Amino acid sequence: MPKIKMPVKTPHVDMTPMVDLFALLLTFFMLTTSFRPQEAAIIDTPNSVSDKQAPDKNIMTIFIDSIGHVYFNIDNGKDSSKHYRKDILLKMAENYNLKFSEKQVNKFATLSSFGLPIKDMSKWLNSDDPKEKERLQKNGIPTDSAEGRPSELWYWINVSRVKNVDSEVAIKGAASADYKIVKKVIDILQENKVNKFNLVTNLQKEEVSLNDIK
Amino acid sequence: MGEIIQEESGKKGSKTKAKKQSTHIDMTPMVDLMCLLITFFMLTTAFSKPKVMVITMPEPPDKNDTAKSQIKIPEFRTINILISGDNKLYWYTGSLDSKTGPVTPVTKTNYSKDGLRKILLEKNKDVFTQIEELKDKVKKGVLVMADSTVNNKIKEIKKGDKKGPIILIKAGDGAKYRNIVDIVDEMAICNIGSYAIVDMSPKELEIIKTAP
Repeated sequence: MPKIKMPVKTPHVDMTPMVDLFALLLTFFMLTTSFRPQEAAIIDTPNSVSDKQAPDKNIMTIFIDSIGHVYFNIDNGKDSSKHYRKDILLKMAENYNLKFSEKQVNKFATLSSFGLPIKDMSKWLNSDDPKEKERLQKNGIPTDSAEGRPSELWYWINVSRVKNVDSEVAIKGAASADYKIVKKVIDILQENKVNKFNLVTNLQKEEVSLNDIK
Repeated sequence: MGEIIQEESGKKGSKTKAKKQSTHIDMTPMVDLMCLLITFFMLTTAFSKPKVMVITMPEPPDKNDTAKSQIKIPEFRTINILISGDNKLYWYTGSLDSKTGPVTPVTKTNYSKDGLRKILLEKNKDVFTQIEELKDKVKKGVLVMADSTVNNKIKEIKKGDKKGPIILIKAGDGAKYRNIVDIVDEMAICNIGSYAIVDMSPKELEIIKTAP
């Protein structure tokens, strides 16, 4: 009996469906993605039952880390052509008699949160070394009033409120932060006539039913 | 996988025949690239937007405004929650400054389910029952309402209440941010309509300092 010879085939896998699927997934991720903004500090927020979503535009965020340093971020608003961040930095420079080059101002507009005294801002904007940047941010934004004028944080909030009237305030505090420093930040905000705050929290469900009170 | 199309040697000088070429394109690099991109997007994507809890602080009194515009609140309705360091928690009703002293003395409690929540639920029984019954009806489909209508109804119930507790949240030395958020959260869980975060008086500071 003659042997049946199996034809030698190259082990070819048809990858078209896989590519199709990948293309689909890729499109999905590309369309839904909103990049996680880089934050100056890692903050572990407390839990709450609130499931209200944070507004994603026109928001001013004040970060408070566990050791009580304060960081600040303001977005460019709904219409990014308005360049709120640029205006804010220029106004701050005016308040503190500082000068920023156009390049620095443009760079500031693209960055997010920061936490450093305004006098170091120029150095921070020029630097490309992450270590140097981190070193400059080790103390956060000063919250104490000095030389008879309000604190730097007060000015940042004030200028941001003036430039972007619609901005809301979010406080992203670390769960282990001292309440005193949070209170201080809230006081500064209240001096700027902000009485409503969004506290950023993690969602944690808690169920209470009618049976619990019977 | 890549296929090597072998050149046929020999038959030199013969007619050039159009070779049958396979129409397979090697897709491996494309798949590699896509894999990489997908991984990148998956890792950088922030799916869940951060959740927020909205609080409104009482407006600080105007320094120029000498006329006292303070609202009198009935003592028996006020519950003071004193937050101290080391996750300690105390509460009392009424006012320490009144002639007769507080309605109930300063008592220690805790953040657990059987601690503060039990007290608050007990005090806020009426409102809580009304709201939960409303929610229950909506859930079961007895009442058909839009979410916004339900929320408005809940607000109405909270506002219409004239007997429920008024909570004053006071944080002392050593209180952590987490403690405050926990207490405000407890207000949301127990459907409490009126509460405020206020400063602690020196008397209260003294009490929690010496309290166990």
